[in-house]
Amino acid sequence: MSVIVLLPLAALSARAEGFDAVTSSQSVAALKLTIAASLVVAVINAFAGTAIAWTLVRDRFFGQSFVNALVDLPFALPTIVAGLTLLALYGPKSPAGVNVAFTRWAILLALLFVTLPFVVRTVQPVLLELDTEMEDAAASLGASRFATFRRVILPNILPAILSGVALAFARAVGEFGAVVLISGNLPFKTEVVSVYVFGRIESGDPGGAAAASLVILAISFGVLIAIGGLRRLATRHDR
Amino acid sequence: MIGKYVLRFTALSYLAVLLAAPVGYVFWRTFRHGFWPAWHAVTAPDAVHALKVTLILVAISVPANTIFGILAALAIVRYRFPGAGIFNAVVDLPLALSPVVVGLALLLLYGRGGWLGGHNILFATPGMVLATMFVSLPFVVREVVPVLREIGTEQEQAAATLGANAVQTFLRVTWPAIRWATAYGVVLTTARALGEFGAVSVVSGRIAGQTESLTLYVQDRYQAFDETGAYAAAVVLALIAVTTLILMTALKPKEETR
Repeated sequence: MSVIVLLPLAALSARAEGFDAVTSSQSVAALKLTIAASLVVAVINAFAGTAIAWTLVRDRFFGQSFVNALVDLPFALPTIVAGLTLLALYGPKSPAGVNVAFTRWAILLALLFVTLPFVVRTVQPVLLELDTEMEDAAASLGASRFATFRRVILPNILPAILSGVALAFARAVGEFGAVVLISGNLPFKTEVVSVYVFGRIESGDPGGAAAASLVILAISFGVLIAIGGLRRLATRHDR
Repeated sequence: MIGKYVLRFTALSYLAVLLAAPVGYVFWRTFRHGFWPAWHAVTAPDAVHALKVTLILVAISVPANTIFGILAALAIVRYRFPGAGIFNAVVDLPLALSPVVVGLALLLLYGRGGWLGGHNILFATPGMVLATMFVSLPFVVREVVPVLREIGTEQEQAAATLGANAVQTFLRVTWPAIRWATAYGVVLTTARALGEFGAVSVVSGRIAGQTESLTLYVQDRYQAFDETGAYAAAVVLALIAVTTLILMTALKPKEETR
């Protein structure tokens, strides 16, 4: 594994240029855009993912198992295909009359597509194991539905939501394939950091590319460590 | 009670707008002029070659990662060794890391002036295999580790006291317990390996008819304004993804009700 994973990453660090390359205005703009977009996507996922997980666990409707399988589609679908499908329906030739191509909305759309399963798949098992007895007790003691959710359900599923959100955030920061076709990659406007790195490589500046990559690498590693911490927090009561 | 329907409607609409509609539309669009134009597009020589390249990448990286995955999972769960925590985090890294960064790291290692430069690894199949192995590394490990934790070591110890050697213990006791988890991990690994784009894009050189995998072919066709070709190849990949999805759904319950 060290040959496959660690050696290339060591080479990456060794060959990275100094901070000047990271602080170039185009690189800073790409990093800012990526982090802002990923934060927005993470927040939307926290709500949408929890709502979908709830619908899949607590609701009963026709075609539910089909919807359940559909949620995994972004994991199975190649990212470039995801980008192409979004471009087909929400691009210049959109039959729906919605054209977001080459705008920042396109980046959000692409990132929401690829990160969709994360929160659903972390929250769903926790909701499944959660007994409704506590909720019934809260309701019989006169708690409103909202109070029951906030005081009883939310504390139980919050670690799962957070670790799903963290995974989604990390994925969004590094996303390339889904974004590259639909965002237009205009520097300072719709260029995310992965696309910026790719552009640096293409124009023969691997040192600059490596410098920006180290920033992405640091974010990814930081998020993984945070998720590890969340897992410990979530299992604390079991021990 | 109305709240329930509002939530159901909102959740399903979100999925429809974001997932079902775009994917469904691409299928419709590909076959708009019937089956044959799409068929001719995917049987073009470069498309067939791209599919072959993709299958070669899968055929090498999936078995390699499966064997590595089982060994790494055994190492993580059964043995205490210094740096186990870091090892664990590094195994997860490909899940969180941008594929472009992976490609660049390989480029710097094996490219001109790199520590292992000058072996014709880049812009050829070996480089693409390395990139694919990197990004699809964690899946088998991640599926097998929790199962190994759950089954514990009692049965293995029992087998050992009854005179079974390490290989017999693994084949007769450990393997039957982890095989469904392994199968699920293999499906995920295959999906990831088939769909890899960013890392392969950096290290392959994207030479049409030579180092172009099917995902790269999709982008190449789209940028050459050959929409029929791009959509047809995308549909082939999407069909493989749907097959993967069906396999995933079929394997999952077995693991949960075990």
